[in-house]
Amino acid sequence: MAFTFAAFCYLLAMILSAVLIFFAIYHIIAFDELKTDYKNPIDQCNSLNPLVLPEYIIHIFFTVLFLFAGQIGTVALNVPLIAYNVYRYVNRPVMSQPGLYDPTTIMNADVLSRCMREGWIKLAFFLLSFFYYLYSMIYVLVSSTS
Amino acid sequence: MSGPPTGAMTGPPTGAMTGPPTGAMSGPPTGAPTGPPGPQTGAPTMGQFPGQPVGSPTMGPPTNMANLTSMSGPPTQDMQGRGGVGGGGLTGKRAYPQYPNQTPMSGPPLPGQMAGQPQPAGSQPGPTAGVPNDTYGQQRPQQIPNAQSYAQSPNQYENSLSGGMGKLNIQQGDTRPLNLLQNRHVLPSTPVEPPKPNLSPEYRKLVCNPDIFRTTLTSIPQTQQLLNKSKLPLGILIHPFKDLTHLPVIQSSVIVRCRSCRTYINPFVQFVDHRRWKCNLCYRINDLPDEFNFDPVTRTYGEPQRRPEIKSSTIEFIAPSEYMLRPPQPATYLFMFDVCFNAVESGYLSVACQVLLEELDKLPGDARTMIGFVTFDSTLHFYNLQEGLSRPSMMVVSDIDDIFLPCPNDLLVNLQESKELIQELLTQLPSMFSGNKETQSALGPALQSALKLMSPIGGRVTVFQSSLPSHGPGTLKSREDMSQRTNSKDIPNLGPATDFYKKMSLDCSAQQISVDLFLFANNYIDIASLSCVSKFSGGCVNYYPAFHTVRTPAEVERFENDFRRYLTRKIGFEAVMRIRCTKGLSIHTFHGNFFVRSTDLLSLPNINPDAGFAMQMSIEDSLNDSPLACFQAALLYTSSKGERRIRVHTLCLPVTNQLSEVYAGADTQGIVSLLSRMAVDRTLTATIVDARDALVNVCIDSLSAFKTTLSSGQAGVGLIGPNSLRLLPLYTLAMLKCTAFKLSSSVRLDERVFAMDMLKYHPMIYTMLMIHPTLYPVHELSDEGAISHDDQTIPQPPILSLSSEHLFKNGAYLMDRGDALYLYINREVSPNFIQSVFDVPDFQSIGEPMHELPELDNAVSDRLRNFIQYLEEKRPFHAPLHVIREDSRMRILFLRHLVEDRSESVMSYYEFLQHLQKEVGK
Repeated sequence: MAFTFAAFCYLLAMILSAVLIFFAIYHIIAFDELKTDYKNPIDQCNSLNPLVLPEYIIHIFFTVLFLFAGQIGTVALNVPLIAYNVYRYVNRPVMSQPGLYDPTTIMNADVLSRCMREGWIKLAFFLLSFFYYLYSMIYVLVSSTS
Repeated sequence: MSGPPTGAMTGPPTGAMTGPPTGAMSGPPTGAPTGPPGPQTGAPTMGQFPGQPVGSPTMGPPTNMANLTSMSGPPTQDMQGRGGVGGGGLTGKRAYPQYPNQTPMSGPPLPGQMAGQPQPAGSQPGPTAGVPNDTYGQQRPQQIPNAQSYAQSPNQYENSLSGGMGKLNIQQGDTRPLNLLQNRHVLPSTPVEPPKPNLSPEYRKLVCNPDIFRTTLTSIPQTQQLLNKSKLPLGILIHPFKDLTHLPVIQSSVIVRCRSCRTYINPFVQFVDHRRWKCNLCYRINDLPDEFNFDPVTRTYGEPQRRPEIKSSTIEFIAPSEYMLRPPQPATYLFMFDVCFNAVESGYLSVACQVLLEELDKLPGDARTMIGFVTFDSTLHFYNLQEGLSRPSMMVVSDIDDIFLPCPNDLLVNLQESKELIQELLTQLPSMFSGNKETQSALGPALQSALKLMSPIGGRVTVFQSSLPSHGPGTLKSREDMSQRTNSKDIPNLGPATDFYKKMSLDCSAQQISVDLFLFANNYIDIASLSCVSKFSGGCVNYYPAFHTVRTPAEVERFENDFRRYLTRKIGFEAVMRIRCTKGLSIHTFHGNFFVRSTDLLSLPNINPDAGFAMQMSIEDSLNDSPLACFQAALLYTSSKGERRIRVHTLCLPVTNQLSEVYAGADTQGIVSLLSRMAVDRTLTATIVDARDALVNVCIDSLSAFKTTLSSGQAGVGLIGPNSLRLLPLYTLAMLKCTAFKLSSSVRLDERVFAMDMLKYHPMIYTMLMIHPTLYPVHELSDEGAISHDDQTIPQPPILSLSSEHLFKNGAYLMDRGDALYLYINREVSPNFIQSVFDVPDFQSIGEPMHELPELDNAVSDRLRNFIQYLEEKRPFHAPLHVIREDSRMRILFLRHLVEDRSESVMSYYEFLQHLQKEVGK
């Protein structure tokens, strides 16, 4: 049983996707608070916007690691989300700071429900990928011993 | 996939920012309604409550007739016999004279109209000038039995309709399928009236004035599915702070509100018994305080139904101290003048200072009113006006990257105490900068200093700007590219270039500061970016392209009048508006100038009487709990006299599960007004081409959807549409051709963006005029059908379709497009007319440009001038008159509004209908 680079990547990706799961949960809670009038949209955007780029960077970081480890299948799973993230960031409202959310349009039902849906989909995606990485890590470890 | 169950959150909102006034109970109703919703409270049942004033049957048609003729005057009698409270009357009489309500839904007038128009498809009205007048003459008498004055005397009318037959007529009248291809002349010759909601007579007379509050569909669909099926947008249009002449004002120790959803008690609640009432929005049963049985008019205890809250759907409360987060602020005004070279050259400064000087005493306010002045070019100039100084002292701050305020306590001063100094400053200002050669303009730093200066108090900042900000933070670059204008696929740069102004606006909004812009620019000034500063702080934007004191006197006149109105109009400070609606309905999108602070709360640092709002609604839960849906808008503001007040408007509409009833209640003008706002949003998120397609698609989809409701026998051939939507294709075409949405290289970017902002900001009546101007023939004005207004006889010419086929060679036409009036004189107009109106012998001698008609003492001139004056007075802002000769270069101003004609390769109305037919038939 050798601890290969691929296995290390999966281990790291597992931990990082756990982090991303927390990001997604925070995101969902934040938008739910907006929907139920608990929070001021300006404060909410100020707290959400700084998290957008770290999330993207973490995700891109372990995808690149997978690329180096030659795990093409896993890369293929992650590329669509990266593509969507890039598309989303390119089409963000005019802003001088990093981030995606504009307090003046965030309360539109369309934007709000889109952000909410995004949160749920990301949560599901990272949860599933968490277990996938766990499985793959074990698989890589087991297969490398033989 | 949707969010987690939101209903689980029942705690009180943390609401630090919403505060007690309206924020206290903003969440969803915290519990299920107590108990099942009572027995089906159908409209007829409502009428049986004791004490509800029922229409007096003694008023017959003759009164109606009298009403028609004296409609525009003040109400001659108080029909309901109410004294009102605190000087108030009944439902606010409209500030503008009223038109006879031609009710398109009740049988007779419409067929009459149709019959009056040249019937066969495609045939043009004969060239005899008499035709329109004849038509007009025939129609008048037919309208009279149905005419009513909306706010004053609905009773007698409703009595005649309260039978089952009346309602039946409404339904049939408005969903009557109409072949739009054959009935091309759909525009009625009298102003288009909104449909009357299908309510019981008692409720109908209580319904909010449609000029203040209306919905796009007067029958609310029961479910979102039904709404989707109809393909029409559901939304509300509100003009909450409209100037009203009769407004009941109540000062009472207790303001009765629902304990769970905080709805204000309104005419549409049910009284379960003498001690309890049932909220019409969340259906909770609430206790009625004892004070509520006290009738302030007669000073006796009795029925709660006699309270003004129950008798009027528009009402104003003087709020007790629970509604204040801080002591009411004094009226505070800051004026910021751009004094760079461009500004000085255009000469606006002297005009503005002169008007301000004249109106200084009429600024709304009390003894506490504060005022301040700042001027800026590449540096900022502050003025110390503290009482006791011998003359105003100016301080120059040239470090614009880190703004500081010199003597911050003396820059905003009490208007009364420092009046002489202020007057002296205003007299000197124009000459002080007359030789200024500085071309840089530091608007960004100026706004930052305004924020610093005003943030302890809040108030209104008025900014005059005449060139692109080019110094310090907030610098903008010219984005208008002439070569791109020819590209008809898309028009770029409709959105802001930087978020500096948006952030500034949000910061201002948080400090209860609103920023209003007056823009004077010959060149590109990037309204798309600049207007953000007003958009989210509840301000307004005024734009005077090509303003020059010598070269464009009409613009100067318009600015003078607008500014005068701006200074003297009512103003509300530190305002919030909350829109509550019946459980199941929710607000989808907001349109207007404000910041949306939560799902139903708008933050409006200032509110002015010319601001309109629209909200698109969605139906989240089926509305089967009640046959009625209600909307309530509550505007909490501080008046200029330092009183905290709440203005409440309530609208009640029937709910339906029939698609045909949804179509019957469709309010075309409301729909078009909402669609135009949605299209503006679309241009920002997508492209202008997308927005145009979306507009046409609404037309196609709704007509196709209507077709599916018809049986095969009814459908027939041609383009079939419901009678209620007969104007939709026409208005849609007009929208495609209006400045905001037309794909033409002749529209400057600023002009277009400004037109879009105005579509979003103006109340519905003015947006409709912008989209579809009204055209009157004025060469044969007669007293027939005239109304009297302010002791003057105002002729009421018929409204013509906007098509050159209705323009006769010997005619003169007046076009009202909201912000301007065009008097178009055709070449062969009779010399008599020219002589009597212009006092010149022939067509060629009519001077140009002409913005005023000479006052001549003859009937023709009197009638025309009275009519123009009457139109002018109907709106709060000023619309300059332009006299345009047929052979003038200016005629394009007039001709481009003839939307039914083919223009710049855009379809004519008939072609557009054919296009729709092709698409619907697919």
